[in-house]
Amino acid sequence: MNRPVDLLRLTVNGRDHALPVAPGRRLSEVLREDLGLRGTKVGCDAGDCGACTVLLDGAPVCACLTPVAQAAGRSLTTIEGLSGNKLSPLQQAFHAHGAAQCGICTPGMLMAATALLRASPHPTRAEAEAALGGVLCRCTGYGSIIDAVVGAPAPIAAGSGVGQPVARLDGIPKVAGTEVFGADVAPDDALSVRAIRSPHAAAGFAFGDIDGWIARQGGGLQVFTAADIPGENRFGVIPDCADQPALAETAVRFRGEAVALLAGAADRVEAAALGDFPVTWSPVPALVDARLAPGAPPLHAHRPGNLLIAGRVRTGDAEAALAASAHVAEAEVETGFVEHAYIEPEAGAAWLEGETLVIRACTQAPVLDRDSTARVLGLPPDRVRIIPTAAGGGFGAKLDLSVQPLVGLVALKTGRPARMVFTRSESMAASTKRHPGRMRGRIGIDAAGRVTGMTFDGDFDTGAYASWGPTVAVRVPVHASGPYRTPAYRAEARALHTNNPVAGAFRGFGVPQAAVLQETLYDDLALSAGIDRLEFRLRNALRDGDRSPCGQVLHGVGIAECLEALRPHWRRALAEAGAAPHRGVGVASCWYGCGNTGLPNPATVRVGITADGRLRLHQGATDIGQGANTVVTQLCAEALGLPAERFELIGPDTALTPDCGKTSASRQTYITGKAAMLAGAALRARILALANTGPDARLSLDGGRLRATDARGGREIALRDLPADANGYVLGAEERYDPPTGALDADGQGTPYAVYGYGAQMAEVAVDPELGTVRVLKMTAAHDLGRVVNPLLAEGQVRGGIAQGLGMALMEEYVPGVTENLHDYLIPTTGDMPEIEAIFVEKPDPEGPMGAKGLGEHVLIPTAPAILNAIRHACGARLTRLPALPHRVRAAIRDAEGAP
Amino acid sequence: MVAYYRPGRLSEALAMLADAPMTVAAGCTDLFPATERRALSGTVLDLTAIAGLRGIAATADGLRIGACTTWTDLLAADLPPAFDMLKQAAAEVGSVQIQNAGTVGGNLCNASPAADGVPCLLALDAEVELASAAGHRRMPLAGFLTGPRRTALTGGELLSAVHVPRAAMQGDSRFLKLGARRYLVISIAMVAARLSVDSGRIAEAAVAVGACSAVARRLPALEAVLRGAPAADAPRLVRPDLVAPALAPISDVRADAAYRHEAAAVLVRRALAGLIPAGVPA
Repeated sequence: MNRPVDLLRLTVNGRDHALPVAPGRRLSEVLREDLGLRGTKVGCDAGDCGACTVLLDGAPVCACLTPVAQAAGRSLTTIEGLSGNKLSPLQQAFHAHGAAQCGICTPGMLMAATALLRASPHPTRAEAEAALGGVLCRCTGYGSIIDAVVGAPAPIAAGSGVGQPVARLDGIPKVAGTEVFGADVAPDDALSVRAIRSPHAAAGFAFGDIDGWIARQGGGLQVFTAADIPGENRFGVIPDCADQPALAETAVRFRGEAVALLAGAADRVEAAALGDFPVTWSPVPALVDARLAPGAPPLHAHRPGNLLIAGRVRTGDAEAALAASAHVAEAEVETGFVEHAYIEPEAGAAWLEGETLVIRACTQAPVLDRDSTARVLGLPPDRVRIIPTAAGGGFGAKLDLSVQPLVGLVALKTGRPARMVFTRSESMAASTKRHPGRMRGRIGIDAAGRVTGMTFDGDFDTGAYASWGPTVAVRVPVHASGPYRTPAYRAEARALHTNNPVAGAFRGFGVPQAAVLQETLYDDLALSAGIDRLEFRLRNALRDGDRSPCGQVLHGVGIAECLEALRPHWRRALAEAGAAPHRGVGVASCWYGCGNTGLPNPATVRVGITADGRLRLHQGATDIGQGANTVVTQLCAEALGLPAERFELIGPDTALTPDCGKTSASRQTYITGKAAMLAGAALRARILALANTGPDARLSLDGGRLRATDARGGREIALRDLPADANGYVLGAEERYDPPTGALDADGQGTPYAVYGYGAQMAEVAVDPELGTVRVLKMTAAHDLGRVVNPLLAEGQVRGGIAQGLGMALMEEYVPGVTENLHDYLIPTTGDMPEIEAIFVEKPDPEGPMGAKGLGEHVLIPTAPAILNAIRHACGARLTRLPALPHRVRAAIRDAEGAP
Repeated sequence: MVAYYRPGRLSEALAMLADAPMTVAAGCTDLFPATERRALSGTVLDLTAIAGLRGIAATADGLRIGACTTWTDLLAADLPPAFDMLKQAAAEVGSVQIQNAGTVGGNLCNASPAADGVPCLLALDAEVELASAAGHRRMPLAGFLTGPRRTALTGGELLSAVHVPRAAMQGDSRFLKLGARRYLVISIAMVAARLSVDSGRIAEAAVAVGACSAVARRLPALEAVLRGAPAADAPRLVRPDLVAPALAPISDVRADAAYRHEAAAVLVRRALAGLIPAGVPA
């Protein structure tokens, strides 16, 4: 044990290193932790995601699977070796194509693509897909990445105004590999933190002799349990429902729940025998079937029947309307848990700066993190500062706390920096999931094919703790009609507790599940009425001035325009499908309210100019890859009249930037974008007043000189002569915007959202009827954005949302204890994605900034039902359970063949 | 005790292995995923510095594939059409990254029921060469794989090579893999088939199915029916009762057992259909 470790010689990016490392250590660890080359990312430690791809003698390998001994004496290239003084052409192409969204897979993609291009400088798309098949991306849907690799022409922006395909303003670090994600924050001498988690879904537990166990590990470790938590050991995204302990106290309610923390030097924590940790579990029967939840003992004493919450929307007499209908379609559909599967497992670090606890971690909700962590740790909120790192994907699950209270507790208790990086299986077990839904619905139409009424009942498995269950239960009944006139309507949704994983927010909050039921029923109705399926939807589409089932009069309704935009594609696709065996076409729509449902959710944006002429935007909307940093800046810039590239961005650091709310509910372009537009306009008004120029004056800011020029000539504003405000700005503006919504009554009547976005997608598929496999050939997606702020980023959202919808339709199903890795839990690879044609419709919303609406979640909602409808068109198979795995499709084909 | 040995000669490796049990490592593409630790634990014997264990060479009685030959090596090798299926499987092992590190020997020793290389090597009548300080022995691959994650390796032994006999290097071959996505996927079912056709008739047939039983299986009953039959009839001769008895699929998250039975027969039929020589009337 005491013999000196031999030095291991490595040549990385042309530089020689001699390191005293264990030969069996993962190369990824040596690169990141010993050499500080953190451009190489780790997503799974199992070769399943490819984020850690490096070149060994020019050949791509997974650094996480390579013992460092095997790299010794060979030439190793990492992302840091791709660019010298300037980015490589491939990195530039990634940037120009928007091929890096969150950026976590980008280093792996770039390394794999670099190897391909050295061997084959002009690859085909198929060759590029094969070469990159081992690197998973959860954001882009791969299309933009393949475009960059094959050298397709990139969109060219004419300036940076609203409407231009501006490459993301924060994009260079993502392609350079210098972006800092949660696991890249490594304060000197940080204690490493690991959680002890429950192997049982339901169990009591008791600790044994922890001190004795530490002594047996050779000391140097500390253990923290719920007893060490100084504040209220409860958190939750919805304060009234906060019910989740940071560390369980006496019982666990789901597999993977944390009960204790181990902290110490990284090598001591790594060496600790966690299998011997002194905890005694007393398993009890777990409630895993939500159907049994109402009759089972409650997980939470104050929620009888395991009912977290029920939501309802009712208008007219739906039963009477159905009874009087010419045709009624009825179905039950079941969906499973879906994992967010971002490539970045949760990670971050905490330390004390004086009295303030600073936490840098990946998140979607910095202010919520601050307030929740402060409550758990017994601190006033102003003693906690959250500085978000880049988020390597979020999609909803990084709205909930993960590492924050845990590293915070260790830093607070020890006074030392603390760092925690979830393993892949830990991330999958501990994080939230999409709610499984068991939904029943009936929809009726009259003889003319007009919808008369609808009923919807959905039971959603919300798992062990509340998380976003209330939001799902409220949002689903509001949206379950789809964007269609439904005069009589009754929709109810319940969120039920089980001992399953915590179900929370995932792109769409239950609406994608509900759309599967409604849109497949619409195909039933169109078929029974003998109406073309697209025309049937158009006939029932909401129009301006119509009332929603909540009684809200709608404006800026673009669903009919979206469906009309699909019409020529629909006709072409139907003709093509009719000419080939086992080909099918399907269509589905979406609508989605942007922002919180009937609740305040303001954003406050500050913009200012310093005495030395720096233009700064405090942009508090966390950019998790969707592009808020760019889009919000573009809106502010347009209103102010200075180019977006002149802005310095101050991110959502809770000490520096006002609250812009959570990155959720497709709200940032609309709400924070509107606040940014108002702030930009307010700053412009101040400048024009000082300059005494007309409203059309042109502004310029160069070399610290601010000028306003109108027809009467130019005026320079002497910035240095102006007094600075409390924020350090000689000219500043701060604007708050809160959507004008109203609370819903007991029947869900009211104004849940101020702005809705709309869309319709068409899927073309080929089914192999003998094997039940489905290949999606093309997706055509028409979305109404009101105003396209940035078509490059919007297309990125469309492609990425469709990839997640395709995964949900065809392959994704999370089973606790079984699929806690990225080889049993499958997400689409390069080879699974079809061509995607995005069509943007601009039907301005009167409330949105410059007419803009949200998009982020909308894009996922129609994908799965469109694919299911296409499968049915291709082979008659009617899937009632997702995902449509080959054996389920095959069984459905057999059922269809057996049907009369 | 943690130690990591990376000898340059097989004899050294065998001497170490004779001394104490240790984890034999090659590409590590199965060893690392089995742990969340930052390093391989226990005593590790890394074979990848032993030059003689890597590479493909003709021998007096066929072909020898060194245990540490990577899938990428195999893809780059100039081999007769009987090996096409093995190359097709090599291109389906994980990803390019995995193929650059993962080895043929590791694939066999890991003994996964879904190992991509196994059906092809079974259909090539492969034998494994097992080395120990006491000497070498050879055994058929079918006997080497004794169960899921179980092999016939005994203490002090390692797999040093795979041998394909000359007689099995005849004919054309094809590998088909079925999974729920295109790349980086564990098979629901897979099939390797090799046919030698002489004057329109099947002279020799070898068909194996993977991921549908604890260990991939040849289909002797089907092979017997195929032998001597007109090549064009091959797909039609695939009847469920010639496929199913050799298999014992499980139901798991990827598919249910009944589906695997059905899919295996479909894949066998398609693999054979792809092997009918051009010009043979269907």
